[in-house]
Amino acid sequence: MKPRVFTPLVLFLVIGFLIGPFFIIVAASLSGGETLAFPPQGFSLQWVAKVFTVESFRESFAISMLLAIGGTAAALVLGVPASYALSRYKLPFGETVRTIVSLPIIVPGIIVGLALLRYIVVPFGFNITLVLFLAHTALVLPYAVRVVSASLNNLRSDIEEAAVLLGSSRAGAFFRVVMPNIRSGILAAFILGFVTSFNQVPVSLFLSGPGVRTLPIDMLSYMEITYDPSVAALSALLAFMSIGIVFLAERFLGFSRYV
Amino acid sequence: MSDAAFLSLEKLTLAYGDTVAVKDLDLSIRKGELVAFLGPSGCGKTTTMRSIAGLLSPASGAIRLDGADITRVSANKRSVGLVFQSYALFPHLTVFENVAFGLRLKKLPANEIESKVTTGLKSVGLSKFSARKPGELSGGQQQRVALARSMVMEPKVLLLDEPLSNLDARLRLEMRTELQRVQKETGVTMIFVTHDQGEALSLADRIVVMLNGAIEQIGTPEDIYNRPTSRFVADFVGFENIFAVEGGKLKAGNGPLELSGSLPPDTAGLAWRPRMVTLGSGPFQGTVRGASFSGSTREYLLDTPLGAIKAEEDAALAARETGTAIAFDLPVDKAARLKKFG
Ligand SMILES: Nc1ncnc2c1ncn2[C@@H]1O[C@H](COP(=O)(O)OP(=O)(O)O)[C@@H](O)[C@H]1O
Ligand SMILES: [Mg+2]
Repeated sequence: MKPRVFTPLVLFLVIGFLIGPFFIIVAASLSGGETLAFPPQGFSLQWVAKVFTVESFRESFAISMLLAIGGTAAALVLGVPASYALSRYKLPFGETVRTIVSLPIIVPGIIVGLALLRYIVVPFGFNITLVLFLAHTALVLPYAVRVVSASLNNLRSDIEEAAVLLGSSRAGAFFRVVMPNIRSGILAAFILGFVTSFNQVPVSLFLSGPGVRTLPIDMLSYMEITYDPSVAALSALLAFMSIGIVFLAERFLGFSRYV
Repeated sequence: MSDAAFLSLEKLTLAYGDTVAVKDLDLSIRKGELVAFLGPSGCGKTTTMRSIAGLLSPASGAIRLDGADITRVSANKRSVGLVFQSYALFPHLTVFENVAFGLRLKKLPANEIESKVTTGLKSVGLSKFSARKPGELSGGQQQRVALARSMVMEPKVLLLDEPLSNLDARLRLEMRTELQRVQKETGVTMIFVTHDQGEALSLADRIVVMLNGAIEQIGTPEDIYNRPTSRFVADFVGFENIFAVEGGKLKAGNGPLELSGSLPPDTAGLAWRPRMVTLGSGPFQGTVRGASFSGSTREYLLDTPLGAIKAEEDAALAARETGTAIAFDLPVDKAARLKKFG
């Protein structure tokens, strides 16, 4: 085949493969039938409406939001100073720290989740919500460090010295000239962390208990009992939420520079 | 007050970990002086500047400014301004806010800040650019913002690290005049770093030549240009015929050579610029190896028992053929006397 035919074809297949499921989910959620099916039978908005009436969805959505916002914020509180130290000072174990911080990306979530449950929650009887929160913080930390480091590395360090020579303290220089220049990097890290945490399944799977469940886990268990299109409707709503966030981020921050 | 030391470095030793970058540096600078640090890359110029600014604490030694020991005073309380080689402007702030940065930290009243910044920007010819961000300025303009930003703080000493090296040739001349004007108008004590002898000679009241973390020679531009005291400085300012002297004799080529005239006992070497060499008469013999014409002069390369000699003659004189034998002299009274030859 000639590249002129071949390239668009491959492109079409790849894009179809990537976003095809999204359209299937959206279509399935608008079904008039009683079970999750594609192609949808008829048309109705009843399943979209039902999502908002399922109490467990409301609870787990709140938990997921809390984890995603709180965990990402905590990861940034740890990650911004860590990135700063790693990029500005020659630390004795700098590279080791960098590696350890990125471990949660490399180690499969199933293993992290199992390890936390088996060796932290069970033996010490730790509060499962607290462990879930710490786990999400740790999972988001690598992204926070990576994205914030990238924007710090683009920033010359001599502006801090210039600020000091103009009368600022070291800490003042950080807040006056470093933070304003990495703000969009921090926002980008926040969004990436939020989405990562919100969509996280394997770790959260092990760390759920009575009344403590993240939304994706809740959706899994809902589907085991009730096989109606409301899960598709919820998925579609979440997908639109993510798209909205990323769209705004790209529009105002040039998000794709950081990821 | 004008003769007393305003800024002095006393036995200053500066190190990065175990690497000593500057060793036992002694230097004193008068108020209002314009001093150049001249030397090849890596000789410790930036390091010395950073320690004066307080960005690097000395391993040993002391720094005194305006009668006070500032060795342990932190960088933000020294009243020392530094214009970075890379300008180090704050990218998120406008030109106006960059210049206002230090004044705002001083908590000056708003109208005073406004008027100082306006005056500062006007003096560097950037009034029209006050609302721009640094990224929207050319290199030369950024440099002038950096200069204004330091100057509005009215520092006791203003340090400039290679202020001209990032500019193109035309801007460099313009900025040279600019620096001189700012210094004359404000009378600020100014030290600037350069590795370009032309810059140092044309701008400075005094030049400090540095080599390998130590001072090689301190002097006025005339001193440095006409009376270098070390082999390195002689070479740096264009003395191309440099010979060691031992026991009053010139060490060259085939052995010690008697010199006409006596030398002070501490003479370790003699150096001549090509135009100081007398051609056509004298006690030495050589052969013309090559010639190059440069408009007003002709430069000859001679093969002699002393080694290769470079000589220069007015181009109005007849050209000397390559291969011809020629008598020449190295007049001792014209030579630069080197006390250090190593
Ligand atoms: N941050 C640093 N860490 C270690 N060595 C350095 C550092 N900065 C400079 N040096 C060394 O100190 C010496 C002097 O450097 P510098 O003052 O920058 O020279 P100059 O400004 O004259 O070119 C050089 O040998 C350089 O390699
Ligand atoms: Mg330098």
